[in-house]
Amino acid sequence: MTITNGRRSGAATGPADPVAIDQWYAITALDEIPIGRTVRTELLGVPMSYCRDHDGSPLAWLTQDSLPAGAPVDARTLHAPLPTLADYGYLWTTVGEPDGGLFDIPETAEPDRRILNAGTFGIFTSGPRAVENFLDMGHLPFVHPGVLGQQPFTEIVDYQVEYRSSEIYAVNCLIFQPKAAAASTSGQMVNYTFRVPHPLCALLYKSTPEDDVRLDVIGLFVHPIDDGRVRAHLFNCLLDTVNTDGQLRRFQQGVLAQDKPILENQVPRQLPLDPDAEAPTRADKTSNAYRRWLSDLGMTYGVVARSNS
Amino acid sequence: MIRLYDYLLSVNCYKQRLLLSILDVPYERVDIDFYPGWEHKGAEFRKINPLGHIPVIDDDGYVLWDAHAILVYLACKYDPSGSWYPTSDPQRLGEVASWMLFAEGTTNTASAARLHVNLGYDFDLEACQAGAHRLFRVLDEHLWFREQQGQAWVASGESPTIADIALFGDVALSEDGGISRLDYPALRRWTERVQRLPGFIDMPGIFPVAKAPA
Repeated sequence: MTITNGRRSGAATGPADPVAIDQWYAITALDEIPIGRTVRTELLGVPMSYCRDHDGSPLAWLTQDSLPAGAPVDARTLHAPLPTLADYGYLWTTVGEPDGGLFDIPETAEPDRRILNAGTFGIFTSGPRAVENFLDMGHLPFVHPGVLGQQPFTEIVDYQVEYRSSEIYAVNCLIFQPKAAAASTSGQMVNYTFRVPHPLCALLYKSTPEDDVRLDVIGLFVHPIDDGRVRAHLFNCLLDTVNTDGQLRRFQQGVLAQDKPILENQVPRQLPLDPDAEAPTRADKTSNAYRRWLSDLGMTYGVVARSNS
Repeated sequence: MIRLYDYLLSVNCYKQRLLLSILDVPYERVDIDFYPGWEHKGAEFRKINPLGHIPVIDDDGYVLWDAHAILVYLACKYDPSGSWYPTSDPQRLGEVASWMLFAEGTTNTASAARLHVNLGYDFDLEACQAGAHRLFRVLDEHLWFREQQGQAWVASGESPTIADIALFGDVALSEDGGISRLDYPALRRWTERVQRLPGFIDMPGIFPVAKAPA
């Protein structure tokens, strides 16, 4: 690997934001990647391509003219291969130099978990806007009525936001949900924990109808195509012995399809980090913490940075 | 009972759910893992529909595919009033057929743009969007003149038809494919009228509409 000025050779067209560049990003679910055939995309505005090698292992590289979309790939002829990870069912790559590997999701090691990509959806928004929406409980009764919330039960009682080993946790988040999961048969008060281990990845842990102790884990892993367009991966790590993959995906995709027009109507597409830019309420504690955390990290990509920073 | 092979985010499947709801016909749903599982392209599903597409209905052993064909069948069989598919009025029936063919055009443009943006289908987005705008302009004008005649629906007459059902989803979800309806006021008023029909159900991505002014 050639490194030029601390950045991978050829990636010079990317943003001047080391925080955004030096991250791993989930590009596509592994089992959806064609074998030996080029797929082109962009990451942070940098043209890149990927496929799976004939042994199934993922390959990623900075897009080269000799490999148009669909072209057969010989790993030995790639001019600028990118590092890859195959974790949690996705191909992850980077155009920078991440400090170590990915955050841990211990639940994925439990043998009875249903781990699947519930779907990958293109949305005209920025990564931080998408993550913030995922963390927001206040919108649930309004945008997902009858499923993840119900009017008039719109109150968000106070909850705690904590920083643990440079991650954000929001705990004891309670809300009444008519249909909390695909396996739900009735409404219930649901206890959520939100976790932000990565600027563009968030996880939520919520009680499941099928287990009194363990929690369902649902993740949003954002692939930033550029600073106003993303592909959002819906990561599921569920305890569910009832539903087919199609039924699980129907539930999660329905939720995302309700969020999409809301996100696409937020102006500007980039997330404002200035505390005065958008008026928060008490229910927005997690969102405020996330904005402050991005600001402290020095993230400038996909955000409107604080005016005094 | 009717069995509907369904995908939540398919507009063509939604057309069937919408008509079945309006006609208050019970049915059983089979959730096909359309995306990203591509179950409808698999060998098992091709035993049901060799073309590998949904929706498909199975009405006590009678299997039918193609969204608009199913609308015709459901309306003829389950609408005792005969108003949704007006077989007794040749002129209105002709209009319904014409606008349902027009709806094939919105499927190939507005819906295609949506599939490209949402799911990454390999379509020419700009061409799809331009095609949708051409059709929306025609439909908007048509509906504006209908309103001037005191009529509310795509086909002439006092009541909606399956042509309205066939067109509604692609129009209501157009912004998903980056197709704004800002320039089509008559089209927007018509979508609100459809949303206020008794038995109307939405699909994810359609904003609810406020109650009609008293």
